[in-house]
Amino acid sequence: MTAEIGQLALTLALALSLVMAATGLSGARVTAGVSRRVASSSAMGLLVFILLAFGTLEYASIVSDFSILNVANNSSLAKPLLYKITGVWGNHEGSMLLWVLVLALYTAAIAFAKRGSERLTSAALGVQGLLAAAFLIFILFTSNPFLRIDPPPFDGSGLNPLLQDLGLAIHPPTLYIGYVGLSASFAYAGAALITREFDASWARAARPFMLAAWIALTIGITLGSWWAYYELGWGGFWFWDPVENASLMPWLVGTALLHSALATERTGAFRTWTLLLAIAAFSLSLIGTFLVRSGVLTSVHAFANDPERGAYILIMLVLAIGGALALFAWRAPALETGSAFEPVSRETALLVNNVLLVTAVATVFLGTLYPLFLDAFTGTKISVGPPFFAVTFVPVFVALLIALPFGPRLAWHKSEIAEAIRPLMPALGVALVAAAIVSVLADSHVLVAAGAFGLAGWVISASLLDLFQRRVKTAAAFAVAIAHAGLGVTLMGVAGTTLWRAETLSLLGPGDTAQVGPYTLTMGHLERADGSNYAAIRADILVSKGGEKIATLKPAKRVYPTEQQETAETAIRTNGISDLYLALGDERGTGRFIVRAYYNPLAPFIWFGGAIMALGGLTSLWGRLSARSAQPAANTVPAE
Amino acid sequence: MNARKKRRLYFVLALLVAGTGGAALVITALKDNVLYFYSPSDLAAKPVSPGTAFRIGGLVENGSLKHGTGAEVTFTVTDGKNSVPVKYEGVLPALFREGQGVVASGALDGKGMFDASEVLAKHDERYMPPEVVDALKRSGRWKEGGT
Repeated sequence: MTAEIGQLALTLALALSLVMAATGLSGARVTAGVSRRVASSSAMGLLVFILLAFGTLEYASIVSDFSILNVANNSSLAKPLLYKITGVWGNHEGSMLLWVLVLALYTAAIAFAKRGSERLTSAALGVQGLLAAAFLIFILFTSNPFLRIDPPPFDGSGLNPLLQDLGLAIHPPTLYIGYVGLSASFAYAGAALITREFDASWARAARPFMLAAWIALTIGITLGSWWAYYELGWGGFWFWDPVENASLMPWLVGTALLHSALATERTGAFRTWTLLLAIAAFSLSLIGTFLVRSGVLTSVHAFANDPERGAYILIMLVLAIGGALALFAWRAPALETGSAFEPVSRETALLVNNVLLVTAVATVFLGTLYPLFLDAFTGTKISVGPPFFAVTFVPVFVALLIALPFGPRLAWHKSEIAEAIRPLMPALGVALVAAAIVSVLADSHVLVAAGAFGLAGWVISASLLDLFQRRVKTAAAFAVAIAHAGLGVTLMGVAGTTLWRAETLSLLGPGDTAQVGPYTLTMGHLERADGSNYAAIRADILVSKGGEKIATLKPAKRVYPTEQQETAETAIRTNGISDLYLALGDERGTGRFIVRAYYNPLAPFIWFGGAIMALGGLTSLWGRLSARSAQPAANTVPAE
Repeated sequence: MNARKKRRLYFVLALLVAGTGGAALVITALKDNVLYFYSPSDLAAKPVSPGTAFRIGGLVENGSLKHGTGAEVTFTVTDGKNSVPVKYEGVLPALFREGQGVVASGALDGKGMFDASEVLAKHDERYMPPEVVDALKRSGRWKEGGT
């Protein structure tokens, strides 16, 4: 029965999404009050039915109903309960279902919050309805999670062990809340174009959704990077893997959108540009989904796939992006431009921010897609790796970080350079001191390190200084300072790890020693450490520093018999400043194992910085929402 | 020129400068930092000079995997027609097996041996690197549905 309930729920959800698309769009007319109410209730209904479908798949996975093909292929009796729950989205069909679930959540939130005018909300629901319908058709016809298998197998074939991890429980949902959350900005931008409500009201209405999406993307990317770090056993935090890039691009455009929308809200500047960015941010989410789900990429994230799905997503991509851009081209000439601004002003600073962020996106986009195009058109297979991104992405970000502290200092419309520079002198001092200290302490890469830490000192101290020097400390001021400082913290982590990492690869038997960074490793005994669905061997490795024992680390190697796969369980010792990272490799000869050891200075800062940035976003969101509840009419205030 | 036009002009100029800079960076970077993929047959047809980095892929030939005394291993990558010996020092990926697909990046040393700096195997039992599938199809060794 379960499969039929799920199937029925999905079909009804599709019908409701079509109703919502039709009534939502027709509700954009002034007189169509009834349509608007129908669209609003459809949004709630859509959420109910997709929750039902998702719950059904969860239930089937938990009770190991192997008569459902998806469960048989991706689960097994021995799999721990936690991974039966989270494993539902560890495969293509389930992850697409999670995608539409998040879409339905945002849609219901738009209907419930009723930000902006009735017509705007209605048109936004119409756009969301179209998106939901497209994805539900995709799921029902190419990726149905409720297909039966007859006869059902006695046991399932299991879940990829790399995915049997707590990181998997949170990373994809967070990332999807970010990815799909950008659909709300897209829908509001579309609604503004449909209803011709071109003033700042759409951007104000979309702001909390924009922020929520950005926060979730920040957390999702940070978690993904951290998961790759400890689970893959390669010791790195970012591989410029196409799928990582696919999540980075919407984040960069989303960041540009947050900044540009700020100017649109405050002064009406960049109206056209902000609309375009809202379309672009979600378009990149869709492109990301295409890259990940079509199987065109070689990646940890590529599930087994068939080309039909890729073709469908590609068509959907072209229709959504093409449709939005066509609507934009049709309506944009009617846009009145906002107020003018002088070359030295907050607007110009935000313009610089946007131009640099978009350039960064363009380089990542090219590096990610160029190999695909080259293969498609010439058959030549190439791969573009970290060195490419190091020489393209890094200079753009350096420029961005140098310019960043000036932005919050400049007044809207017209400002003076001197006004911005004078209060920033202490920050410049901090930057120079940081650079000097690092160049004395560093024993390698002195110049680059001095530059990187000087820059980090500049960004962090300028952000904090800005907050302290303000007389009125609003939530928005806190948000800006926190988010910008977080970026500086991440920069320190990236620079420290990249420049000063030490790595050793050694073959160790009991009693053998190896050296990595300041640490000496001594192999102790090895023992079996089997779990319910894997066999494992674990090494006790004694860590000492300067002749003093400081810890015993226990890296392990697991073999999952059902899935016929091995994973390295890394052991990481962190003191908050640096990581010692151990991974156990193959056995060679008699009782000797390959041990890969990394000393990663400042690695934890990478993720601290990500968390701080997300906190900045949360502060801003909190400020927005509390301001709104304190002053219920806030969303009806006309644009300046 | 009114303020609106002036602002447009700044915007377009800024975009142009950043765009040109970005494009210049990308073009130089692509020229120097791209790894080409070759199958063993590609390599036999058109030799690559030693020291030039590229990626090679195919199947790990049965019986070719040999462990050294330390962390180094040697194996042979084949596409059924031609093969290339590979040496690697490090931990082989979890699903590295004889007879299975593999992609390695590195460069040839002077003696025709491929010195790999990175070895990738498939990520799970259902997955084969697309480049390898393609290389096997071209050498006529690909069986649909079987790996």
